[in-house]
Amino acid sequence: MSLRRIFALARRHYYLYKGSWPRILELVYWPVMSLTLWGFLSLYLKQIHVDLPAVVPVFLGALILWDVLFRSQIGVCMAFLEEVWSRNLVGIFVSPLTPLEFVIGQLLVGVLRTLAATFAMVLLAALAYGFNIFALGLPLVAFFGNLIIMGWAIGLLVTGIVLRFGQGAESLAWAIIFFFQPISAVFYPVSALPQWLQPLSWATPAASVFEGMRALLNSGTFDTALFLRAVQLNGVYLVVGAAFFMLMFRLARRDGQLLTIGE
Amino acid sequence: MDKNARVVKVVNLTKRYRRTLAVNGLSFHIEPGEIFGLIGANGAGKTTTIAILLGLVTPTDGEITIFGLDPERHRRKVLERMNFSSPYISLPHRLTVLQNLTVYADLYGVRNIRSRLDDLCGKLGISDLLKRHFGQLSSGQKTRVAIAKALINEPDLLLLDEPTASLDPDVAERVRSCLLSYREEKGAAILVSSHNMQEVERICDRMLILKQGKKMIEGTPASIISRYRTKDLESVFIEIARREDM
Repeated sequence: MSLRRIFALARRHYYLYKGSWPRILELVYWPVMSLTLWGFLSLYLKQIHVDLPAVVPVFLGALILWDVLFRSQIGVCMAFLEEVWSRNLVGIFVSPLTPLEFVIGQLLVGVLRTLAATFAMVLLAALAYGFNIFALGLPLVAFFGNLIIMGWAIGLLVTGIVLRFGQGAESLAWAIIFFFQPISAVFYPVSALPQWLQPLSWATPAASVFEGMRALLNSGTFDTALFLRAVQLNGVYLVVGAAFFMLMFRLARRDGQLLTIGE
Repeated sequence: MDKNARVVKVVNLTKRYRRTLAVNGLSFHIEPGEIFGLIGANGAGKTTTIAILLGLVTPTDGEITIFGLDPERHRRKVLERMNFSSPYISLPHRLTVLQNLTVYADLYGVRNIRSRLDDLCGKLGISDLLKRHFGQLSSGQKTRVAIAKALINEPDLLLLDEPTASLDPDVAERVRSCLLSYREEKGAAILVSSHNMQEVERICDRMLILKQGKKMIEGTPASIISRYRTKDLESVFIEIARREDM
């Protein structure tokens, strides 16, 4: 594996963002807009004394962590789609870059995009609503890490689908994560879901993360069992996501789809 | 790796896409320093053959060795010594020429990138374009930049799909001269797919005409013209292409 080739991919995206202010704006626009909306809602709920413990931190913390998951997933997909849109995918695949290096490069770009968007949200939450997410302490790293990995896995899944079925499937890049939102218990506990849906919810690493975040905010304790559950599930998600991408890559080579993607 | 091995050896290559036989039992080879033309009408199987050599498409059957190696098993080693250019691929439009070439230099592990780019861009006459966005260039300028990308790693095997398509005669001539001098300088083998028969006659040492995925004839341009008793290669091409309609 060559770090130089992996960083070359990351550098290509750095150049792209450096020279395009609309892309930079897009990177922070949606996170900032959602934080603004949820921030006002949280303040209002606090004003009317809604019987919820730590209403501002719970909502804003959940929103920021949800955005970490979303940005991580969309970051991986965008790194791939940028190559498709610029008809650069063939050039990359006929270079000595291996499919594994390509995947790692995509994940790296996904993380960088996530960090940029999260930084904007964290800053706004602190300045406008007095919410400091870093007060969560070290567990925040565990929450971030798990959500980033889950985002990678879903991103690889979508990338594999676009590789196989073409650009017609690219809207999945934006849509698929919202399938996970209701069952990930982002803004409410898993117990709020219907009984039959709860096993599905617990099958997502995100549900354990958000339950863990609420436990930490409400009782000040970090639930190690939830953390380990999320790690184990993420191991499975990542293996499945990567295997699916590799399988789709193999099928795309068999059926000549690498040549036609982007046309 | 045997340095004197045939650069490319293809034996009985077949590619079937469901009901379509894109390449049908094709065999050929390319020697070091040779310019080899892969000729045929649209849909004859040229692009599929090139894509298989590049590892973009897996063959249904047949054997391929490049630099004496199985490209499937030694993908990275083989691709490090190859490169490719085609009008149906592009470079990111929002990146400058310099940024694009730097990224590819990194992907190909080029040492002394700056001096390599100075040398290459000087020869192709694109030094003044380095700071411009790729998307702002004319099609002739884009083609020269694409050729620079294809030569960035000083490949021993260069695959060119329609290298002068849509270029004006002046730029097309410059591109041909550049390729010929690259071959002279490095002793590289070049596989060219083209519809420009004059170009093929001028630059190719040997060539092969494909029809419906099958080899129709192989030889030097002169020997093929004399075998068909026509005045030029274009007449041979038309004769072969129209024979299927009979």
